[in-house]
Amino acid sequence: MGMTMAEKILAAHAGLDEVHPGQFVMARVDLVLANDITAPIAIREFYRIGVQEVWDRDRIALVPDHFTPNKDIPSARQCQVMREFARQQGIRWYFEVGRAGIEHVLLPEKGLVLPGDLVVGADSHTCTYGALGAFATGMGSTDIAVAMATGEVWLRVPESIRCVYFGELPRWVSGKDLILYTIGQIGVDGARYQVMEFTGPTLAQLSMDDRFTMANMAVEAGAKAGLFPVDAVTLKYVASRATRPYQVYSSDPDARYEQVLEYDVRSLEPQVALPHSPANVRPLSQVHGIPIDQVVIGSCTNGRWSDLQVAADLMNGQRVHPEVRCIVIPGTQELFLRAVREGLAEVFVEAGAVFSMPTCGPCLGGHLGVLAEGERCLSTTNRNFVGRMGHPKSEVYLSSPAVAAASAVLGRIASPDEIPSRRLFHFTPSPVASLLPPPLHVDFWEQERIIRF
Amino acid sequence: MKLQGTVWKYGDNIDTDGIIPARYLNVSTPEELAAHCMEDVDPEFARRVRPGDILMAGENFGCGSSREHAPLALKGAGVSCVIARTFARIFFRNAINIGLPVLMCPAAVEGTQTGQTVEVDLERGLIRNLDTGALFQAEPFPPFLMEIIRSGGLVEFVRRRLERGQ
Ligand code: SF4
Repeated sequence: MGMTMAEKILAAHAGLDEVHPGQFVMARVDLVLANDITAPIAIREFYRIGVQEVWDRDRIALVPDHFTPNKDIPSARQCQVMREFARQQGIRWYFEVGRAGIEHVLLPEKGLVLPGDLVVGADSHTCTYGALGAFATGMGSTDIAVAMATGEVWLRVPESIRCVYFGELPRWVSGKDLILYTIGQIGVDGARYQVMEFTGPTLAQLSMDDRFTMANMAVEAGAKAGLFPVDAVTLKYVASRATRPYQVYSSDPDARYEQVLEYDVRSLEPQVALPHSPANVRPLSQVHGIPIDQVVIGSCTNGRWSDLQVAADLMNGQRVHPEVRCIVIPGTQELFLRAVREGLAEVFVEAGAVFSMPTCGPCLGGHLGVLAEGERCLSTTNRNFVGRMGHPKSEVYLSSPAVAAASAVLGRIASPDEIPSRRLFHFTPSPVASLLPPPLHVDFWEQERIIRF
Repeated sequence: MKLQGTVWKYGDNIDTDGIIPARYLNVSTPEELAAHCMEDVDPEFARRVRPGDILMAGENFGCGSSREHAPLALKGAGVSCVIARTFARIFFRNAINIGLPVLMCPAAVEGTQTGQTVEVDLERGLIRNLDTGALFQAEPFPPFLMEIIRSGGLVEFVRRRLERGQ
């Protein structure tokens, strides 16, 4: 019997020749992640285990990104606990505010997650790294404490669902629309405890950014992980970033799947999830015209380069609607700098949007854009549960960056096709960029990449 | 180990933002979290829940984020056990890891109402509705998980394992 790529990765990390769905294994991990919300509990539990040192200081990433820059005294305290632990343990991948970003955008960018890896993180969207062909899954702080102490986790080998996409993507239909559509079809527990394996001919048209967006939201269907096969797009992405060897796994032709779902994307419209569930999805034409108070473009779902680019394209030369606040948040410092250098920041600010430093901020109702009672937000984030972005009586709609940007300009949920005389943004460095001091905090490796893009 | 408590029953897909809203995650002790437990689902819950009470829910309880704050908030609020039709994966493992008993039993959820009293025999997975006398059998834990539960949670389980040099 053949194995899926997920089963192969788990078998390799459990030191077994093969594994089967339902089996419990102890597996060795390649990277362990926690953030300013989950690390403090993990650290408390770590010391309760009775060990003094982490298992490998080069294999742990700690990222302050949720309530940072510290929004209040309790948040500052949580960051302080994490920072002190990182210093004391000599954690190599502690990213300080100003050199960090949203964890799931940051770690792949830094080359810390590679194909074939087993990654566990105290954050449910750790599944984002499945885009790279890694088995990555979110856990709680106690699991992460144990992983930091021993380098191992317990896992139940999950069944896999195969999601096959075929047909050419229509204009304005992105990875976000594919995943929203899929979750709309299968529901918030449609893949509970299972792996979603994304595949099919349409994938060739999806950029790495689109794939990160899709893998990111696998957990919104209850999945343990969402994996993409490794192809030329993946290999190109990791080529300039990888600093250690990695292994590519692929599913056998006779691998067993719990379900095979096929989606013809040829006539798909952009999709929007209505309150209060990511599965409450409608095609754009059915929700068109709903007035909004706020737009958020960013997060670990859609805070990457191509997301900023499509939004800038649509907002270039436009103004944000007078009754709308638009908040644009690049995922990392590197993306922030690039947006400044290449003129996107200018487009957003001139349009009357907020252009913020990287943070989770509004995505979880933390800070920088919390909603009041009765307010409605269209957001490129991944969750629209009751109270997610603020008051329990506020509303969150989820969409792609293109729909979000068009809606920010028009003041209602709108199609990107409605933006008149859209002029393609050419990314010539803006004159403002040349006035900035040289970027001393960016190392050579990063500079080289910024130029090459 | 037997538990007995008054039931609070809720519907399907109660997410972790419902159990403990993200806006309160700048603290992490069970007591601080308990003050806002279930706030957006049932604003009365945190004020009226009594130690030992039992929470019941439908499908996919605890879906959403990986926050261990969710089971911690429930534990801090005094909830002795959660019984649901099904659980979201991360919530389920977090609850086991921190020693909050969780049982899957659609029939018990079906046959019990808010305010009724139930008795739970954890080892045997038996749930008895003391108001109606009905008896329900929950899905048994796989042996691997039972070992973690018997150790009193994952930290104890691993500590013992490390002591044995495994
Ligand atoms: S951006 Fe939102 S979903 Fe992503 S890690 Fe931050 S809070 Fe979580």
